[in-house]
Amino acid sequence: MDLTFFGAGIGAAFAVIGAGYGISRLSSSALEGIARQPEAAGDLRATMIIAAALIEGVTFFALVICLLIALKLQ
Amino acid sequence: MLEETGIEAAQEAHGGEDPGSIVTEALHHLQDSNSLEFFGYHIDLPHLNLMGYDISITKHVVMMWVSALLLIAIFSLLARKRVLAPKGTFVNFFETFVVFLRDEMVYKIMGEETGRRWLPFFLTQFFFILFCNLLGLIPFGATSTGNLAVTASLALITLVLIQVGGMIEQGFFTYWKHLVPSGIPLWLYPIMVPIELMGQLTKPFALTIRLFANMTAGHIVMLSLFSLIFIFKGYGTSVAYIVSGPIVFFALFINLLEILVALIQAYIFTFLSTIFIGAALHAEH
Repeated sequence: MDLTFFGAGIGAAFAVIGAGYGISRLSSSALEGIARQPEAAGDLRATMIIAAALIEGVTFFALVICLLIALKLQ
Repeated sequence: MLEETGIEAAQEAHGGEDPGSIVTEALHHLQDSNSLEFFGYHIDLPHLNLMGYDISITKHVVMMWVSALLLIAIFSLLARKRVLAPKGTFVNFFETFVVFLRDEMVYKIMGEETGRRWLPFFLTQFFFILFCNLLGLIPFGATSTGNLAVTASLALITLVLIQVGGMIEQGFFTYWKHLVPSGIPLWLYPIMVPIELMGQLTKPFALTIRLFANMTAGHIVMLSLFSLIFIFKGYGTSVAYIVSGPIVFFALFINLLEILVALIQAYIFTFLSTIFIGAALHAEH
């Protein structure tokens, strides 16, 4: 039983935890802003989507590394 | 030896279905291959070699050609009518995208005069990446942007344009002098210069990995879901039929999500390229 698979799985899990926390904080602030100022909804929505895509990009770095580990081992 | 007994136990549980073959079959859809397959026809693509480098025509290359041909066909059709308020769904559909990119992205970031010169490049980049992404979602299509080499080439184009555009606009030596922020003490230079140089390289690297991983991850999720049906087949064919219903619905949802991700990632790539090139063009604070 190779513990390296375990490491790859844990790495992916932590990456997803980080992304989930970051994007949830981002969208909660965006929703608060839209609730306070409904006129700014378009701007806030666009900024939120851009920032969410950037955060997910960083998550995918970690995911790609974990996939490389898992596929190299097979 | 623990692994061997484990694999044998898994094979018996799966009714003799080899999990390795499911993985291989699924990986087939993610990786580049030297043959095109549609509707039962199998076309072998030529292997080409240039001084030891393999430049054979592969599936992803053909998909990039299809995307380029679509670009040429659609936009030469669109550019024919030059009325101020065009009528018709086709023209208005693409005009939405073009006007959004022009007004909200390029002109806002780069200003109008420089923006007008750079607009064709950014529009081409956006629509090329968009069509490549979307071609991966139709049957018998493959995502060329799910290939690390393709996204690396796109990011390399952006990198070259950042450096060359900055050097042309600001002058050769001024550009490199503006690499580190002005007004920092001299003893910080040995730290700042390598950091800034690395910063110049990590930005295109991030662009590469972001686009590649977003495109490939969606396909991996869908293929895992479909492979799940085949793994359940080992427990009995009726089980596979029962479980395939919800799985197909879930895969449909993931497919729609992937369309959204294709649009967003094409926009993010072009948006970040605009920001980087805009920053390189006028970095005088």
